[in-house]
Amino acid sequence: MLMSSQLFTSKHNTLARLTLLIFVLGGAGFLGLMDMIHRSPYVRYTKVRREQPVPFSHKHHSNLGIDCRYCHTSVEVSGFANIPPTQTCMNCHNVMWNESPMLEPVRESWATGESLEWTRVHDLPDFVYFNHAIHVNKGIGCATCHGRVDQMPLTWKEKPLYMKWCLECHRDPAANVRPKDKIFDMAFDPASLSREEREALVEEYGIDHADHRLTNCWICHR
Amino acid sequence: MTRRISFLLFTAALLLTSGCKPLFEIRKAMYDQPKYEALEVSDFFGDRRSARPLIEGTVAQGQLRLDDHLYLALEEIDGDILQARTYPFEITMADLERGRERYDIYCSVCHGLSGHGEGMVVRRGYKAAPGYHSEKLRDMPPGYFYSVITNGYGQMSSYAAQIPVEDRWRITAYIQALQRSQFASIEDYEAVKARSSHDETLESPHEHH
Repeated sequence: MLMSSQLFTSKHNTLARLTLLIFVLGGAGFLGLMDMIHRSPYVRYTKVRREQPVPFSHKHHSNLGIDCRYCHTSVEVSGFANIPPTQTCMNCHNVMWNESPMLEPVRESWATGESLEWTRVHDLPDFVYFNHAIHVNKGIGCATCHGRVDQMPLTWKEKPLYMKWCLECHRDPAANVRPKDKIFDMAFDPASLSREEREALVEEYGIDHADHRLTNCWICHR
Repeated sequence: MTRRISFLLFTAALLLTSGCKPLFEIRKAMYDQPKYEALEVSDFFGDRRSARPLIEGTVAQGQLRLDDHLYLALEEIDGDILQARTYPFEITMADLERGRERYDIYCSVCHGLSGHGEGMVVRRGYKAAPGYHSEKLRDMPPGYFYSVITNGYGQMSSYAAQIPVEDRWRITAYIQALQRSQFASIEDYEAVKARSSHDETLESPHEHH
């Protein structure tokens, strides 16, 4: 029989230290992993083509030269960039493709007056108050947040929309700001302007971030 | 022994139900609060719309629309109520620029950027849209174009829901500018030339894309 004092030999010291280390590293690793999963495209649903009642293609419609605002009429004047009513679809599709089976739900909505139920692709948490108009009117283009929607056959979410991503721009608006006549120009790249030019635009538009106004909690959470 | 097993089962059940689920539910409850986001589906209303349609005949404060010239493009001319031949507000260069922008968004898809009726949607098979440069349309008063935008015409739908009242007048002004551009007199040309050489700082007209 061993004495109790001999239960642990000197090698157990290392083992004990190793256990502690694994415990700490494992814990940190676990938290890190959770964070990675939380921010991952899998959880964020980025680049996932969402199923819709009608397989609407922004790419097809943009290629015709139709401006974003033809359908999203309220984007410059309202916090919410509207989904167009069925009437807007029927402006063209009363004549074009008016027997296409793919457009049957549109015609049905037109005939019955019932709304088409689109799947929301960009769904912010209810505690975030995003306003389209202020961004569009202060030099942030559609493509900055939505990506090249004009090249999407079926719409997906390009950016993860987590808070850090919002804050990156709110801390440094000059990174993404563009001239006002290029807001709806999907191909325009703000990086084609020099840093000084973009800082001049921030100044010109009165984007007030010097006193950290744009990173105050209440700017998005109310 | 059975007591121990039932205790383990109870703990497992506790972890599975009250342990994990509420955490998840609390998170979800904050993301999807019991309120409607714009155009969100509603299970409460029969038509599933959270955005409630206005009751017919509703007039909100400030929306009485008594100005027939502005809203209906009607003017009293020699004792008759006729389609307006003048604009309800003065058209400035800024209005004309805005008119061009709005025209390019909403009208050019069918009527074409230069107003010849050669828009992309027509080229893809829509019923031919008229150009504005026919004698008939060049003789039409501004009120005519306003009314067509507001009420639609033939195959063309009403654009009242897409284009606010003032913008319809600005688009009308731009259409008339397009018409004049195709039938400019030599005096028009001289006037434009004189003005652009006189004022070097005048902004160059931005290109159509």
